[in-house]
Amino acid sequence: MQHRTASTTEDDHVYLSLAESDSGPEGEGRWAYGTGFADPLLGVDTALPPGLDGDDLAAYCLMLGDDALVLAQRLIEWCTRAPELEEEVALANLGLDLLGQARLLLTRAGQADGTGRTEDDLAYWREDHEFRNVRLVETPNGDFAYSIARLLLFATARGALYEALAAHPDPVLAAVAARGVKELAYHREYATAWTLRLGDGTPYSAQRMQAGLDAVWPLLEELFTAHPVELRAGVDPARLREPVLRSLGAVLAEAGLTVPDVPPLAPVLGRAGRHGVHTEALGPLLAELQVVARAHPGATW
Amino acid sequence: MTAVTTREARAWEVASAVPDPELPMLTLADLGVLAGIEVDAGEGGEGDGGHGAGGAVTAWLTPTYSGCPAVAEMAADVDRRLRAAGYRDVRVRLRLDPPWSTDLITAEGRRKLAEAGIAPPRPGAAAAAFAAAGPVPLALGPTRTAAGAASAASAASAVTCPQCGAADTEELSRFGSTACKALWRCRACREPFERVKEI
Repeated sequence: MQHRTASTTEDDHVYLSLAESDSGPEGEGRWAYGTGFADPLLGVDTALPPGLDGDDLAAYCLMLGDDALVLAQRLIEWCTRAPELEEEVALANLGLDLLGQARLLLTRAGQADGTGRTEDDLAYWREDHEFRNVRLVETPNGDFAYSIARLLLFATARGALYEALAAHPDPVLAAVAARGVKELAYHREYATAWTLRLGDGTPYSAQRMQAGLDAVWPLLEELFTAHPVELRAGVDPARLREPVLRSLGAVLAEAGLTVPDVPPLAPVLGRAGRHGVHTEALGPLLAELQVVARAHPGATW
Repeated sequence: MTAVTTREARAWEVASAVPDPELPMLTLADLGVLAGIEVDAGEGGEGDGGHGAGGAVTAWLTPTYSGCPAVAEMAADVDRRLRAAGYRDVRVRLRLDPPWSTDLITAEGRRKLAEAGIAPPRPGAAAAAFAAAGPVPLALGPTRTAAGAASAASAASAVTCPQCGAADTEELSRFGSTACKALWRCRACREPFERVKEI
């Protein structure tokens, strides 16, 4: 099967594409590796399955996509700031997985509601009150322990949700979930390993890890609180509460940490992240995420 | 039917030789990313002197990780190779289901990885690692393997050093230079090496 040409040709293939500016599948020019931001659902059948409301599916994909996008942005903030190079690479890798999931989910949202909005339209041109992520993913990174605690909570809950969503009637959402469940398993494992290491480390590391858990725990409940769209278009997140709490409890027990006994962060007049009601931390995060796209509207590279 | 088969075999041969942008020692077929190819009979469109390249050709790719930044490059490369081979109507499509897994890397692909100094995923290990469902604490793969007390089973499951072949190896970091690789070290020859993670 192998018909390899001279190795120089093989190695040059990236540069060949630079000379052939209209060589892409959509005739797009690419000047460097990784800049061909093709449609992440290129050629995937976009028809809605019968019985599924397009607006509900879009809103649901937006919720899950925004969770992934905002947490990806928080994770990459650790670049150049992580305690060790390996951790920086790890956190950036996890962010990349989430960014990939976000691209697919936002693209699906723009298709399903019939607006034809692209992933970029949705990521760069919505205001903070139009984002539907839970507040858990938007709070500032805090220290390493807080970030690990947040990751542990999110990855455990999202892994369980994706597992259920792999059987969703929308084939695109089901495929994202089936792919994502394995990625989230690696995220959960990473967060678990650090929780054990810090919790079962020195008294000081245990104290810091416990403080991180205590600070993030009030944001957990929102992950289990159903918005009507989730009930109509997806999985009732309340179903996840018991298995997720059991899993988290097992990790914390192993780490010698205590399950925090703190009340959940209250919604505002019954509204929280899924309704577009966020903490003051989301605005500055989005400003950084969106500033280049807004300074140069429509620019390509 | 034979004609169609031949046509598709020829298109497959072209598309399957495209190297992966991040692991260029592997082809997209070695990697299991090339998921299928279909050539229309192209009735009345045989304008290529009988090479069967007149019909529309569709190549399906299954992306590896959700965030793999190489997907656009792969699609463009397959498109370009097929056009260079004389196909005028080329479509590259993504296929998300079933999801990609390192279990799809061929034996030939694993051999080439090892030859390039990258420890390949162990065959079938991804399916085994994810067989147990449910949100419980888990350990995906070893962080250290050793030759000591080497039963046949543990030797088969060891992560062996691609430099010296020793089984006494340890993980340095589960995340490496690309989404698909982890960083390991051989405790025998002390050389660090990359390993394709099982997923």
